[in-house]
Amino acid sequence: MKPAAFEYARPASLEEACALLAQSDDARIIAGGQTLVPLMAMRLARPRLLIDIARIGALAFIRREGDMVAIGATTRQCLLERDPIIRSDLPLLAKVMPFIGHAPTRARGTVGGSLANADPAAEIALVAVTLGASLSYRDGDATAEIAAGDFFIGPMMTALPATACLTAARFPIWREARIGTGFHEVNARQSDFAFAAAAAQLALDADGICRRAAIGVGAVTMVPLRLAAVADALLGTRCEAAQVRDAVTSALAGIEPMADLHASAAYRRRAAVSLAVRAITDAYEAARDANAC
Amino acid sequence: MPMRVELNVNGASHAVEVEPRMSLLDCLRERLFLNGAHAGCEHGVCGACTVLIDGAPMRSCLMFAVQADGYAITTIEGLSPGPGELSPVQDAFCETHGMQCGYCTPAMILAAHALLAGNPAPTRAEIVEAISGNICRCTGYAQIVEAIALAAERMRGVNRPEGADASAQAGQA
Repeated sequence: MKPAAFEYARPASLEEACALLAQSDDARIIAGGQTLVPLMAMRLARPRLLIDIARIGALAFIRREGDMVAIGATTRQCLLERDPIIRSDLPLLAKVMPFIGHAPTRARGTVGGSLANADPAAEIALVAVTLGASLSYRDGDATAEIAAGDFFIGPMMTALPATACLTAARFPIWREARIGTGFHEVNARQSDFAFAAAAAQLALDADGICRRAAIGVGAVTMVPLRLAAVADALLGTRCEAAQVRDAVTSALAGIEPMADLHASAAYRRRAAVSLAVRAITDAYEAARDANAC
Repeated sequence: MPMRVELNVNGASHAVEVEPRMSLLDCLRERLFLNGAHAGCEHGVCGACTVLIDGAPMRSCLMFAVQADGYAITTIEGLSPGPGELSPVQDAFCETHGMQCGYCTPAMILAAHALLAGNPAPTRAEIVEAISGNICRCTGYAQIVEAIALAAERMRGVNRPEGADASAQAGQA
């Protein structure tokens, strides 16, 4: 459990980090290292150069930008747990925070690291895909954005160019008066990797009719899935139990779930259906009971 | 290529030359001979290597020594108030038998210290959550939770005159 040898650099700025990344073969960005270092210890990753961006202050922030909340790539996960902006404007992200590793990994792990390493069970990635977050990166002197839904292409694989550094994630703020969220996952222990997870955020009007919905499942397939068909089916309804179950079941009928020692493909599909139904039900009830002001 | 790094451990500064791939854990154990941080799984699962970085519990196996300069690092060796003395948490672990083989103990105690520093009166659920990242393979969790609750109670009582609770209650009445 010792990583292969590598060189270490700690550039002072993002520009310098990108220049180093462009010059080197086999370089990897490190910040918190809570996903990358285990991969290195198991020698599943053997970078020749680690470029440490953890202390680049310009990449650590949580701020409102119009209708979005922007979170810098090196923002530590533990800061999200107690941040008032996250709590008020991104309730779904706030809800999943306790499920991300445990306190000692959240104390060092970063938001960008969780996204860029693309673990299929990562909760932040699931919320990013579910809510339709936008991810920004810098590649050389150029900056670009990519939708979270297009970012994840496989386990530990993303569409991020090899010479690019993820810089921020922007999550949309829902302004409706009645918003509810739901999140459920199955795991061996709360701090362990999920075998299946589901997230839902709903907005209801004054009559309790669903006007906006975002549903996603994670840890089920190789990348987090946004269930757009379910969201469409719920619009204009009161999310009655049978309707929700039918929509979720048919949306998950055609997926190809992962299988491993802990959970078979059939189990993952079944669990995903139940968890998604529960997440939607929770979200609906929370939104219905929300104090519309 | 070895790099020079200056680590602040238990209040003392140490300059060491390390390969970049040396974990903070190995550096503490092999270079600074602070063997209280234990090597368990070495990939971030078991928690035996937990140390405090600026007061927060973190995995020393998931951090390279070259990344650790400038932080205040606390190991189990830094907790005792004086030679041959124990901190209230260590003492409580002895008293409730909050250890069996002892392998997870330093990390459990550091996690408990971090918890009690921010929360002098934790609930059982908060104690359990605080040590959820630490595995005890003897499964002696019940006494560990008991130890942390006992330490919390004692630390709350420090410097309070005897009978203070009773007189406060009387004052309220």
